[in-house]
Amino acid sequence: MKVKLTFWRAVFLVIMALGLYSAYVRYAHGLGAATNMTDQFPWGFWIGFDCLCGVMLAAGGFCIVGAVYLFNVQSLHSVMRPAILTAFLGYLLFIVGLLFDLGRPWFIWHQLIYMNPHSVMFEVGMCVMTYTTVLFFEFLPNVFERLNWKKPIKWIHNIYPVLIVAGILLSTLHQSSLGSLYLIMPSKLHPFWYSPALPFFFFGSAVAVGLAMTIFESTQSAKAYGRHLELSVLVRLGGALLVALWVNALLRFEDYLRRGMLRQIVKPSYEAYFLWLELALSFVIPITLLSFKRVRLSPKGLYLASIISLFGFITNRLNVSLIGFETYVGHHYMPKWTEFSVTLMIVALGFFLFAVAVKYLPIFPREPEAEEEPVTASSPVLQAVSPVLENAGD
Amino acid sequence: MSKALLYDSTICIGCKQCEQACATQNKLPYNDSIAAEEQQSAHKFTAVLTRNDKFMRRLCMHCEHPTCASVCPVGAFHKTAEGPVVYDVWKCIGCRYCMAACPFNQPKYEWGSLNPRVRKCIMCPDRIAAGKQTACAEICPTGATKFGERDDLIKEAQERIRQNPSTYLNRIYGLHEVGGTCVLILSGTQVEDFGYPASPKIGDTPLPEYTGRVMDRVPDFIPVWSLVLGGIYWISHRRNEVAAAEAEEKKNGGAR
Repeated sequence: MKVKLTFWRAVFLVIMALGLYSAYVRYAHGLGAATNMTDQFPWGFWIGFDCLCGVMLAAGGFCIVGAVYLFNVQSLHSVMRPAILTAFLGYLLFIVGLLFDLGRPWFIWHQLIYMNPHSVMFEVGMCVMTYTTVLFFEFLPNVFERLNWKKPIKWIHNIYPVLIVAGILLSTLHQSSLGSLYLIMPSKLHPFWYSPALPFFFFGSAVAVGLAMTIFESTQSAKAYGRHLELSVLVRLGGALLVALWVNALLRFEDYLRRGMLRQIVKPSYEAYFLWLELALSFVIPITLLSFKRVRLSPKGLYLASIISLFGFITNRLNVSLIGFETYVGHHYMPKWTEFSVTLMIVALGFFLFAVAVKYLPIFPREPEAEEEPVTASSPVLQAVSPVLENAGD
Repeated sequence: MSKALLYDSTICIGCKQCEQACATQNKLPYNDSIAAEEQQSAHKFTAVLTRNDKFMRRLCMHCEHPTCASVCPVGAFHKTAEGPVVYDVWKCIGCRYCMAACPFNQPKYEWGSLNPRVRKCIMCPDRIAAGKQTACAEICPTGATKFGERDDLIKEAQERIRQNPSTYLNRIYGLHEVGGTCVLILSGTQVEDFGYPASPKIGDTPLPEYTGRVMDRVPDFIPVWSLVLGGIYWISHRRNEVAAAEAEEKKNGGAR
C-alpha cells in the first residue's frame, strides 16, 4: 500500500517529530527542563489545556448519549457514535497528557490504593478512570460489529442501560469537580474567576461544549470524508447550543451580580481584557450569530458559531487555570515551546486516531450509496445484527 | 495537645543558624551562596528574609487543618498528633495540587529531578517524637524561634505583646489564620511585607471546608442522581415500547 505525502500528512509528521523530541526532554531531563512551571506556578499549560480543556472537549459523548437515550431525541442517533468515539479518544489522550504532567507518572495507580476521599482530585481521578472504562464499553460495539461478533454485541446491549446511567452520572460528577478543584484557592484565583459556583460553570460549559464539539466534528468529518451532512441534525444541535449558551451566560451574569462584581468587570485591567475576550467568544458572538434564523439553518453558520464558542470556553478554562493566577503570583507564565509541542502532538494524535477509527470501524451510519465498504455492507450477518445495534438500549 | 513554634521577629538577629541546622537535619546542601538565597526552595525549607534591617523567618506553617493533606489525592500529607504536617514520598504521584492549593505556598518541587519530590519543612517529626525540640529552635541563640505546646506559646506571645505593646503589633499571625497554624509569628512590622498572605485574604475558615462543602454532597448525590437518570431512562424507554405496541395494534386492527 502506498501512502501519498499530502500537506496535512507532512504537518502531522513534523508535529509528531517535535512532540517526540519534547517528550524526550520531559522524561530525560525532567519537568524543569521541559516546562516553564515553577514553585510559584506549579500548574501550567498541560493542566490548563490538556486536562481542563481536554475533558471539556470530550463532553460530547455524554451529552449526545443523554439526549438520545434519556430525552429520546432519536434524530441525534446518527451523531452518537462519532460523539462516543471523540469522548473515548479524548479521555485516553487526557490520560496521556496526565502522564506528561505528573511528576511521578509511574505511580499513577497509587490513586487506587492510597485513597483520600476528601480530595477533589481523587474524585476526579476515580470518575475519569471509571468513565473511560464506560466509554470503552460504549465504543466496543463498533469493533464487534466490524468483526461480526454477535454474542458480545448482545451482551453489551444488555448492560447498555447501566452504561448510559453510569456514564452520565460520572460525567456530571467529574465535569463539575474539575471546577471544584479551584474552590480551595480563594486567596489565589482572581475574583473574576473564583466563585463558589465554579462546579456549576464547569458542568454548564461542558454541556455547551459537548454540543458545539458535535457540530464541529460532524461538519469536519463531512468535509474530510465527503459525507452527506444531515442538516436537520445540525439544526437541532444548534438550537440546543443556543439554549446552553444562554443558560451559561445567565449563570455567569447572576454570579457577578450576586458577588457585586459587575462594576469591576467592565473596568479595563489585565484580567478584564482576558475576561472580555472569553465572554465575547463564548457568549456574545455565538449567541448573536445563532439568534439569526438564517445562521441557525445554515451548516456554515452553525460551524462558525460552534467553533467560536469552543475557543471561548477554551479561553475560559485557560483564564481559570493560568491567567487568573498571574496577579497573585506577581509574574506572567508563558508555556515553553516544548509544552506547546507535547500538547500539539496529543491533539494531532487525536485527529489521527479518529481518522483511523472512522476508516476501519462503522462509526458513521452507512450511506445509501456505500462507497468505501462494500465488503462489510454486503455481509448478511452484519445486516442482521445492525438493527439490533442501532436500537441498542431502546 | 499539639506542639508549635513561636517565632518572634523582634528578637531575631538574622544569623541564619536555623537555616543551617535545618539543612543539616534534612540532609540538604548548605553554603554561603545558599545562605544568600532569599527564598525558599526544594533545597531550602526555611529562609530568614531581610527587609530594611528587619528579619522574618519563613517556613511551613503546619496548619491545624492542612490544605495540602486535604487536597492530596493519595493522602501523601498528614498531620501527626504532635502537630507536624508530614509527607510520605512513596505515595506521591506528583500532581502538585498541594503546591497549587497551599495558602502559604510552602510545598516546593524538585523540578530538575526525574523522580521529583515535594519538599517542605516537616517540623522534625522524629526529634519531636523523641521528646526533643526542632533543630531550628534548638540552635537559635536568642530564642527567637521557640518550641513548645501551642497553647503555652499563645499565652506567652500574648504576654509579650502586653508587656511591650510598643515593640509589637497587636497580633499573633497564625493564631486564627485558615483555622490556626502551629507556627505563630510575633512581629513589629507587617508580616505581609515578607510575603505572608494577608489575614483577611486567607480568612479564618479552614480551607478544606471550601471543597468539603461540595465533597460532602457526593455520597448523597450519587444514588439520587442515579435514580433520577435511571427513572428518566425507564420512562422514555417505556414510552417507546408503548408507542411501538400501539402502532402494532393499530396495524393489526386495520388488517382485521
